[in-house]
Amino acid sequence: MSLTFYLALRYVFARKRAMLMSLFGIIFGISFFVITQAQTSGFQEYFIKTILGTNGAIRISDRFQNMDETVSKISQDGKIKFKFQNREGAKYIKGIDYPDKIRNALTAFPSVNGISEVFEDNAILQTKSRSQSIQLHGIKISDHLLVSDLKEQVTHGSISNFLRDNMGIIIGSRIAERVNLKVNDRVNIVGKLENFQLRVSGIFESGVSDIDKKRCYISLPTARSLSGTRFGGSIFQVGIATPEKAPQIAAQIQETIGHRSVSWQEREKVWLDVFKALRVSSAITVSSILLLSGLGMFNVFAIMGIEKTRDISILRSIGFTRADISSVFLWQGIIVLFFGIIGGIICGLLGTFIVSKIPMQIRGIFKSDTFVVNWDFTHYGWAILIASLFVGLATWIPARRAAKVEPAKIIRETL
Amino acid sequence: MVNRNNPGQTLLQVKRLEHSFTIGEEYVQALRGVSFEVKTGEVTAIVGPSGCGKSTLLYLLGLLDRPDKGEILLDNKSVSQASDQVRTELRNKNLGFIFQFHFLIKELTACENVSMPLFKAGIQRKEANKRARSVLTKLGLGNKAERFANKLSGGEQQRVAIARAMINSPSLLLADEPTGNLDSENSRKVFQLLLQFAREESTAVILVTHNPEIAEKCDQILRMKDGQIVRD
Repeated sequence: MSLTFYLALRYVFARKRAMLMSLFGIIFGISFFVITQAQTSGFQEYFIKTILGTNGAIRISDRFQNMDETVSKISQDGKIKFKFQNREGAKYIKGIDYPDKIRNALTAFPSVNGISEVFEDNAILQTKSRSQSIQLHGIKISDHLLVSDLKEQVTHGSISNFLRDNMGIIIGSRIAERVNLKVNDRVNIVGKLENFQLRVSGIFESGVSDIDKKRCYISLPTARSLSGTRFGGSIFQVGIATPEKAPQIAAQIQETIGHRSVSWQEREKVWLDVFKALRVSSAITVSSILLLSGLGMFNVFAIMGIEKTRDISILRSIGFTRADISSVFLWQGIIVLFFGIIGGIICGLLGTFIVSKIPMQIRGIFKSDTFVVNWDFTHYGWAILIASLFVGLATWIPARRAAKVEPAKIIRETL
Repeated sequence: MVNRNNPGQTLLQVKRLEHSFTIGEEYVQALRGVSFEVKTGEVTAIVGPSGCGKSTLLYLLGLLDRPDKGEILLDNKSVSQASDQVRTELRNKNLGFIFQFHFLIKELTACENVSMPLFKAGIQRKEANKRARSVLTKLGLGNKAERFANKLSGGEQQRVAIARAMINSPSLLLADEPTGNLDSENSRKVFQLLLQFAREESTAVILVTHNPEIAEKCDQILRMKDGQIVRD
C-alpha cells in the first residue's frame, strides 16, 4: 500500500459524514443514470425489435426505369465519377417487376438472411354484421417467417393452420376485436377484382396499433387473385444478420438493383429521433445529480485543503513532494469514487430489476405488459465515466491547490 | 550524502543570508546578512526577541523556504538554491524538524506519526513501525504508541514530534522553540533528549529558544536582533 494512499484512507475515514454524503451522491447519481438509461433504451430496443419483427430490416419497392442516363464517366477503378441525368419522362415501375432476378441478386449479399415477397393491397373485410377496410399482405409464409416475428406475434390460432389452408387469413388483433372474429370463423374479403370467403387461421398482435387494426396476411396467390394483378406490384421485405448496418446495405442494394431500398432506420427516423432525444434528455438530467455530487465533493476537498495546510506543511517538512501532497487528495477522491461506483452499480442493477417488474400495459408502438428495460453495460460505462469526470475535477482542483502550499508561509502564519 | 563520521567537523555553513517576505501588505525584511557555522554533535541555541528572524532562519535551514540572497552549505554542498527534488530528499533523509506546536497529524497514531519519514524513505511499514516504537519507548511513550495524536497530552505530543524528527537519524536537527509550551520539568526532559541525541548520533542540533537556562547549556549561542546575529 502506497504511503499517500494510506494517508488518504485515514483522512477519508476521519471525515466519515462529509465523505458519506459525497458517496451517497455518487451512488445515487450512477444508479439513477443506469436506471433511466435502461428504461429509455429498453423502450427503444423493444421498439426496434417490434419494427424489425413486423416490417423487416429493409424494404425494397418501386423504381424509375433508367432510360435517360446521357453522359457518364467511369474511372479505372470502376466508380462513376460524374453523370448527367434527366428524370423527366422516366418510366415509373410500381413494386418489383422481376422478382426472381431480384431475389437472385439479393442472395449474393452475404448479410441477407431472408427475403420475403409481399404483395400489398387494400380490401374490405366483411362479416355477417360488420365490414372493415383492411390492408392485405400477400405472403409466402415460409419466406415471411425468415424476415419477421409473425410466429411469435400470433396470439390465437397458429401458423400451421395458415400453412395447411390456402384460403386462410391471419388478422390483426384490433380488427378481430372490432368485428368480433375468432379462429376458424369465416370472413368475406372483397378485393378490387374478386371476392373470396376465407377462414381465420390466426390472430396476431404486433403491438403497433396501426398494424394491428389494419393488416391481414393471406397467401401471395390469393392476394394477387383478389387484386387481379398476376405479375409485379409486390415489394420485398429483407432480413439481415446485422440490422444496425441496414442503411449501408440498403444503399448497396439500391445501387445494385436500381429499386428503392429503405432501411428500418430511415423508415422509423421520427420515432428513433424521439427516443434519442429522450435518452439524451434523461442523461443530462441525471448527470446533474452527479454534477451536484461533484460540487459537494469539491466543497469537501476545498475546505479540507484549507484546514489541512498545517498537515501539508508537516508532510512537506518530512520529505513529501508536491506530487505526493496532490496524490493524497487525489487518492481520497478515488477511494470515494471507487465505493461510489461499486454502490452505484449494485443499486443500478437492483433498481433496473425492480423497474422491470413494474406492471404496465403498453400498446401503440409496441406491446409490453411490464416496464421494458435494456440490460446494456455501456450505460454503466457512461455513468462511471461521467461520475469519474466530475469527481476527478472536484478532487484535482483542490489537490493542485494543496500542492502549491508553501510550508514556511503556513507555519509562519499559524504561529 | 552528508558526512557525520567526523564529530566536531563543520556540517553547516551559513553565509550572508538575507530573506524577506510579506504578511498581508506588510513587507518584512526578516534576515539581513546572517552568517555562522555549526559542527556535528554540537547543540546551537538561537535566541533573541520575537520577530527578530529566528524562526525564519530555521525554515531556511530546514529547506522549507529559499533565501533571497546568501548561501547555505550542508557538508560543503550548497543547498539553498538546489532543485526541489534534492531539497525534498534532504528534508527526508538528512534533516529533522521540530515545530513549536508539535504539529502532529491527528488522524494518525503516535507510532504512525513517528514512522512517517521512514515510510517516505521507502522502508517497509512493519520495519518502520518497529523502529518508531523503539524510539517512542526510549522517550517514555512505548505504552502510548497506538494512541491517536490528539489523545495525548501536550508534553507527550511534543515528545512524539521529537521522535518523528529523530527517527531518520538526521545529520541536522532543527527545533523551533521545542520547549515553548511545556512546563519546566518537561522542558528539561526535552532538552536532555536533544542533547543526548546530538552527542550519541553526532547530529548537529539548532534550537530556537526563549529559555536562557536552556540556551546557556548549549555549545553555541547565536543572539539575533533585527534580522542579524549580534553576538555569538
